[in-house]
Amino acid sequence: MPDTTYLVAAVLISAAVTWTLRALPFAALAPLRASGTVQYLSTRMPAGIMVILVVYCLRDLPLTHARVAAPLAALTVTVGLHLWRRNALLSILGGTAVHVALASTVFAH
Amino acid sequence: MRTSPAVVDGLASPAPAPPPRTRSEARAAFEDSASVGLGFVPLGIAFGVLVTHSGVGWWWAGLSSALIYGGSFEFLLIGMVTAAAPLVSVAVSAFLVNLRHVFYALSFPLDRVEGRLGKTYSTFALCDEAYALTAGQQARSWSSRRILWLQLFMHLYWAGGATAGALLGSLVPDSVTGLDFALTALFTVLALDAVRDRRGDLPTPLLALVSALAARLLFPGQLLPVAFALFTAGLLARHLPTRRKQSHA
Repeated sequence: MPDTTYLVAAVLISAAVTWTLRALPFAALAPLRASGTVQYLSTRMPAGIMVILVVYCLRDLPLTHARVAAPLAALTVTVGLHLWRRNALLSILGGTAVHVALASTVFAH
Repeated sequence: MRTSPAVVDGLASPAPAPPPRTRSEARAAFEDSASVGLGFVPLGIAFGVLVTHSGVGWWWAGLSSALIYGGSFEFLLIGMVTAAAPLVSVAVSAFLVNLRHVFYALSFPLDRVEGRLGKTYSTFALCDEAYALTAGQQARSWSSRRILWLQLFMHLYWAGGATAGALLGSLVPDSVTGLDFALTALFTVLALDAVRDRRGDLPTPLLALVSALAARLLFPGQLLPVAFALFTAGLLARHLPTRRKQSHA
């Protein structure tokens, strides 16, 4: 369990970096709003960044173990529910529930 | 998401003292924020439970959710602080995961938010969902107050859910694991929605997928920065030839 000073410092540093990224571009990017390249990137980056973050979350999949079934089943449920009902909350809760159920029982280690 | 009737009458009449609309503006913002709240509160609770289960004090969930206010990075941060990652790594990760916010400045209606304090808070609380709700067509007529109320409600959903989850976390037995999948599911849903919004543009998610898999194989310890760099370079490589063609035409 890390000490309190470290925990608070980690939050403050993260908060400062996050806020800077949210606020600074309003000044810095204002002249670039008309730039074709910036517009091109800004419309395409969100979809790609989300895909990369999904891969990042699944980077340590235990591909050679049976317990890989838990995240794969949960992912299938999440995608299936979302394509079916288009309800973000339902998809997230459904997928997470499947993962918790499998990881806590069948594939508990 | 529901759209509410436009509030434009206050803008049209040059009244010296605007009527006290706070209550109705707050109410409209509350209704607009409800769909986000349905996602933020359970996710916040999951985050809080995970914090407690990781052996970090409940207060940290409240501090993190109120001050950082970036759900995806906060989930990652739990793992980093329990592994006592160096603060430099924390800062670099915060930078990379939240870099996408840079692009929100291109179309978030900050010019409609009034006052220095209002603008300061508005940029501070500029999460993905705040951007998604205010950058669209339906928000064209929203006043400064309505945008700020909307952001405040979302902030409270997240911080309140996280704190409640952390306080209740000790009631959830340790044998219950796998709640961290909520983050994977969140990104999956956001990816599906973003890909659907760009219907027909399959090369972009494919380029991202290839970039991420290549980074995973070649630099597993630096997956995020390498994947983001490969993806951005790939997008630019796709864009520049068409641009040159246009300038010649």
